[in-house]
Amino acid sequence: MAVLVLAEHSNAALNDATLKVVSAAVAFGGDIDILVAGEKAGPAAEAAAKVAGVRKVLLAEGAVYGKPVAEALEALIIPLMSGYDALFAPATTTGKNIVPRVAARLDVMSLTDITKVIDKDTFERPIYAGNAILTVKSSDAKKILTVRGTAFQPAELGGSAAIETIQAPQGPFKSVFVSEELSKSDRPELASAKRIVSGGRALASAEQFQQYILPLADKLGAGVGASRAAVDAGYAPNDYQVGQTGKVVAPDLYVAVGISGAIQHLAGMKDSKIIVAINKDEEAPIFQIADFALVGDLFKILPELTAKL
Amino acid sequence: MKVLVPVKRVIDYNVRPRVKPDQSGVDLANVKMAMNPFCEIAVEEAVRMKEKGLVTEIVIVSIGPLQAQETIRVGLAMGGDRGILVQTDQRVEPLGVAKLLKAIVDQEQPGLVITGKQAIDDDNNATGQMLAALLDWPQGTFASAVVKDGDNLKVTREVDGGLQTVSMSLPAVVTTDLRLNEPRFASLPNIMKAKKKEIAMKTPADYGVDIAPRLTVVRVTEPKKREAGEKVADVDALIAKLKLAGAI
Repeated sequence: MAVLVLAEHSNAALNDATLKVVSAAVAFGGDIDILVAGEKAGPAAEAAAKVAGVRKVLLAEGAVYGKPVAEALEALIIPLMSGYDALFAPATTTGKNIVPRVAARLDVMSLTDITKVIDKDTFERPIYAGNAILTVKSSDAKKILTVRGTAFQPAELGGSAAIETIQAPQGPFKSVFVSEELSKSDRPELASAKRIVSGGRALASAEQFQQYILPLADKLGAGVGASRAAVDAGYAPNDYQVGQTGKVVAPDLYVAVGISGAIQHLAGMKDSKIIVAINKDEEAPIFQIADFALVGDLFKILPELTAKL
Repeated sequence: MKVLVPVKRVIDYNVRPRVKPDQSGVDLANVKMAMNPFCEIAVEEAVRMKEKGLVTEIVIVSIGPLQAQETIRVGLAMGGDRGILVQTDQRVEPLGVAKLLKAIVDQEQPGLVITGKQAIDDDNNATGQMLAALLDWPQGTFASAVVKDGDNLKVTREVDGGLQTVSMSLPAVVTTDLRLNEPRFASLPNIMKAKKKEIAMKTPADYGVDIAPRLTVVRVTEPKKREAGEKVADVDALIAKLKLAGAI
């Protein structure tokens, strides 16, 4: 049995999400190969080769893989799949974009966001915004799925797999990358942050979101998140959104500020180790899952908390 | 250009789902149902494109039980022109849905399919990508902006790091993210008008598509419950608690 792991990386480095997918692949069993598709992605491939338990790294390069569209990754992955029993990818926007596409091509029903490997056919995954856990058995010959990062520990390093350069289709494809507008931040990425401070609608403006949330985050060395309401209102960019359809996080410390706690938000953060909620509404649902609840005016509490930490 | 908008009838997003005691699934008896929020955004986008003169006809499609007609009616009241219901009481997985939609696309020949990125019940985030694959069309998933650019479509996508814009040839499949638009409420006159709009009643057999599930539900269980913790009086008490817990 063999599993192909689709690496998430920045060409220069391997993303933590990849290590977690490798752990899921180890639980599944069989030989594990990592596919690094990129442009000048040698460093990422070398990092992948050092992951423990990896048989080999497939390096596929080309200008089109610098910012690969789904159609390019499909063309790359489909021919490879004849040699694999499974494709495991991180449940990132890249993984979710490509995995169902590959699955349909191979006439397989993909599995999204698995949180546990029970056996080679059976997996757990959350449904209904994490309000129910589905145990599901796949009858497809190949398993094609995305892995929820918060449910698996990162794989250890210490391997020394061989790197094999493979031919990668260079297109043209039916869609092309045009541009990107990435949030620039020196703060930890949400997916891997040990601490997160998230702001909600109660922040009331983008200026106040920055003025109150960011200093606390910096003091804690935390990543910054937001509720859907805050993102919809333009207080924070879309990639800050924590929740059912945004990012799913499980830091050691999650501080929810002015977030009422809709089930869609809770779906993205309720596996955090310690949850602190600061809200002026005593009845806010967020308090039902918070370890430490502080009722009061965030505009008074946050500066004081930031100063005293 | 004709646009096909697949929509799904799901549990209303305000309702807290309850797992059935026999672990066979989530209890949907007597639960308020509604159009999947991402599908509403898809309908709205199609209607806006029609209002801009970019689209000539909007066909709302749903696959599901008879009651999914109501969901199609909501789309028709928002501005859809006609509907197609592929009626089945069977559980249909995204792969089966994509196969049915492909058969409908082959008949209807739309220039664009817009659908929600994810249904809030099964949380699969798969149907649009699967349909694009089966049609060999390009895909613009998790869209926060859709702009017609000559013969192409420019789609701005919500990605983990921020926003990404891709350009694709038409026909294409677009899946919607939350920031694409804010769906309108249908006005009463439009709701009345929608009652007269045509909904074609079909079955999976009409399309000769095998929709047998590939996945078996072993069980559906409640997630681990998280207990409410304690209230702290002030900032000092909070800091003390966090220190004690080793969180700071």
